[in-house]
Amino acid sequence: MDVKDIIKEENLVYSKSKVLTDNIMHYCPGCTHGVVHKIIAEVIEEMGIQDKTIAVSPVGCSVLAYNYLDIDWQEAAHGRAPAIATAISRLHPEKYVFTYQGDGDLASIGTAEIMHACNRGENITVIFINNAIYGMTGGQMAPTTLEGMKTATTPYGRRVDLNGYPLKITELIAQLPGTCYVTRQSGHTPAAVRKLKKAITKAFENTGKNKGTSFIEVVSTCNSGWKMPPVKANEWMVENMFPFYPLGDMKDE
Amino acid sequence: MAELRLMKGNEAIAEAAIRCGCDGYFGYPITPQSEVLETLMARMPWDETGMVVLQAESELAAINMVYGGAGCGKKVMTSSSSPGISLKQEGITYIAGAELPCLVVNVVRGGPGLGTIQPAQSDYFQAVKGGGHGDYKLIVLAPASVQEMYDFVDLGFELAFKYRNPAMILSDGVIGQMMEKVQLGDYKPRLTNEEIIKRYGSWATTGKTADRKRNIITSLDLDAGSQEKFNIKLQNKYKEIQDKEVRFEKIACDDAEYLLVAYGSSSRVCQKAIDIARGKGIKVGLLRPITLFPYPSKAIQELLPQLKGILSVEMSAGQMVEDVRLAVNGKVNVEHFGRMGGVIPTPNEVVEALEEKFIKA
Repeated sequence: MDVKDIIKEENLVYSKSKVLTDNIMHYCPGCTHGVVHKIIAEVIEEMGIQDKTIAVSPVGCSVLAYNYLDIDWQEAAHGRAPAIATAISRLHPEKYVFTYQGDGDLASIGTAEIMHACNRGENITVIFINNAIYGMTGGQMAPTTLEGMKTATTPYGRRVDLNGYPLKITELIAQLPGTCYVTRQSGHTPAAVRKLKKAITKAFENTGKNKGTSFIEVVSTCNSGWKMPPVKANEWMVENMFPFYPLGDMKDE
Repeated sequence: MAELRLMKGNEAIAEAAIRCGCDGYFGYPITPQSEVLETLMARMPWDETGMVVLQAESELAAINMVYGGAGCGKKVMTSSSSPGISLKQEGITYIAGAELPCLVVNVVRGGPGLGTIQPAQSDYFQAVKGGGHGDYKLIVLAPASVQEMYDFVDLGFELAFKYRNPAMILSDGVIGQMMEKVQLGDYKPRLTNEEIIKRYGSWATTGKTADRKRNIITSLDLDAGSQEKFNIKLQNKYKEIQDKEVRFEKIACDDAEYLLVAYGSSSRVCQKAIDIARGKGIKVGLLRPITLFPYPSKAIQELLPQLKGILSVEMSAGQMVEDVRLAVNGKVNVEHFGRMGGVIPTPNEVVEALEEKFIKA
């Protein structure tokens, strides 16, 4: 039985974005990736740019993002998405090019690529999922892991004398003159989702206006890596992540 | 009338890229190939043909830019020298795994490590046997003149697109730096986006339109069974390349009793060595592989009945000699002569090695 057999067309108040595929997502229940994927799909559909969008997926949990959004994708080597997006954007200046990267991909192995793409002001959008952990490989320390936070490679908690400090890379990115819009958002409440959608829309619009690099960090949860049920993970994020990674716009030019 | 110009090998690469309709070059400075990027930046082809030229922040970034451009069906390339090519191996194996066409130029210098900036041929294994992880091959072209540096850019792209496989020009510091006259070709127009969609729309990321499925450029397949199937497909492609694309040159082989096998600048040294040896009454010829993969094994095998010995001459510790021995399969004695670390052998040294290893022995 199809949904149309149950709900009449005129009574339908919400439906899945046509840019989202029917593939069942591999993400864990409660994971932020699904929320962000949905928002990106909605923005692409609402802006009518499905045929003009080329995305670059990272290495990490979202390596398979190309299974879920019905647009052209390139899957990058670990950390190299901004370099790949650079070439796509330069060779296709009329396209909407975005990278989708996690914290290990963007803020550790790919630090050089993201800094230089942003500093050149590549006309791309960067969606940066920061859940302070390596999810795909089984919950190891990320560059953004908070001090004291337990991971598979910091089993007694991150020690700054041993592991260094958590990296606020978005604050660094905001200093670069090539960026036009740098913001930190989340997706854990309906209000946060609405704000995040506005931010992603603005970023894509910036690309359309050839304004340079737009950078959106999404402070996220990793239920399996954090070893918490979804509701607890959201609470933990609000209590621990937000004070260190405060939400809001850092730059909007 | 064809345009003749005196130019460096590295300059010829840049000029050829512009004239063959290349869409993008992404590079990073390293001696002895920096003139490629310098020439392109001075020529400003973006005004002339629309070609994109970008100095990347690293060799890693440059090869990944090539991945991105190639994934769009564009004609894109990079160049570097040995230590930089090592850094590019990650990108090259991803490009091979995603079956993307592109051109990589290696103007080889002596190694290992930072090595030297002098010419060498010690990256043969890296170029021909894979280089990065996984079972893959590059199409490898070995120019022996500045003219071939120029010609092989177009040829490299042609083969790369024909087989959706990365191609490499394996040159060295001699060919990159020396000046010779070059006959320049006519300008080929760059493909328009519409032409790219027509030719490569079945796989390239050109923007998903309503009339087709989304295109995904990736080398990932988590299912072992289908990953094996993909590997078999790759191996079949390499076999087809081996069957169809072998290129080589034979010099003075008709009556030869001894054979020198050498590619690139070593083959230039060997041409002189042949003159000297023949002056001494030694009947020696030269087989110069132009493609290193696919290797001209059959061409060597066909000469075996007339041969008493084969000397592989390389500016390395002996890398290509292994492919000569594989081709010969023990039927004729195969020896290696080479200099290393950036030292170029003299023709007399080659003749002495030939005499010592075969004639006096």
